[in-house]
Amino acid sequence: MSVAAFSRFLQKYFTDQTTKAWKCQKSLLTLFYKVLFMDSQHPPLETLQDIKRMMERSSRFISLSGWSGISAGICALLGAWAAHHRIYNYIQSRRGGSYYRHEVPSLNDNAMLLLHDLWMIAAITFATAFISAFLFTWVRSRRNGTPMWDRTVQRLAWNTILPMVIGGLVILRAMQWGYFEFVAPGCLIFYGLALVNASKYTLGEIRYLGYGQLVLGIINLWVPVDGLYFWAAGFGILHIVYGAVMWWKYERKS
Amino acid sequence: MKNPIENLNKIFDSRIRMGVMSILIVNEEVSFNDLKKMLDVTDGNLASHMVNLEENGYVKVHKGFIGRKTNTTYSITRAGEKAFKDHIEALENMIKGMK
Repeated sequence: MSVAAFSRFLQKYFTDQTTKAWKCQKSLLTLFYKVLFMDSQHPPLETLQDIKRMMERSSRFISLSGWSGISAGICALLGAWAAHHRIYNYIQSRRGGSYYRHEVPSLNDNAMLLLHDLWMIAAITFATAFISAFLFTWVRSRRNGTPMWDRTVQRLAWNTILPMVIGGLVILRAMQWGYFEFVAPGCLIFYGLALVNASKYTLGEIRYLGYGQLVLGIINLWVPVDGLYFWAAGFGILHIVYGAVMWWKYERKS
Repeated sequence: MKNPIENLNKIFDSRIRMGVMSILIVNEEVSFNDLKKMLDVTDGNLASHMVNLEENGYVKVHKGFIGRKTNTTYSITRAGEKAFKDHIEALENMIKGMK
């Protein structure tokens, strides 16, 4: 055997030995680690927190963002402002006339135009509020890693939409009968009921937003003259307050 | 001296079985696929844990069909509910004992 071959053999032998020793030590370390942490792998407090998290995550949609409330509230305030402006213009043009029921039997072109414009304002307000609210919640659910369309969302959507659709039909019929005073309190009451119902399927605090809407709606039933102000207070200001509180409570840190 | 962990239920040692029970205790009925998604585990893994829970009488299996696809759903039994609540209580007592 030549010297070169011998030195190559030596080199190979030693590297093999060191890798073996290193590997052996590593597996020993893993074993030691496993034995050491076998019992304390799930400390009771963490286990309880895990259980609570699984319960919440599997039964409630928890990614509802506070920003959604704020943005929907701002949209509602803008919409109410636009509607107020439009109604004021109409009243001016009729020199102090009222836009309420006693005019409906003789809907003239002006009143038809007003109704058409109010419908447009309402539709645009609803669409922008819905889209902006959806966007913020979508972003948050992406960040949380929770799916945007699972059982919790489906349940939440169904239980919110059902009272709102029924309420919408009732209000539509009331408008056809000429009870325009009923629009604002009707919106507030049915929306409030929808929120109280929804609180079982998402962050529970939304229940208080629902109570607020209900109180405003009920008061508005007996003070019907300025429905738009009640509407703006409920859909605008309450939403913004709720959104800000929720943001403060859940999202400030992250 | 009393063994501090004697009241813990051995069956809920596994994180996956514990997760399944946490989900089933707040939901009337959950499908196999939803459980799989929520716990982020493989089919085989979850299936073996479900068999274990079923054999202990903690969950009930309902086999149904959606079209031609099988749809297996699970719900918690009385015994399962009680066992899991006892387990949670034991955990809480451990925490109280530590303080």
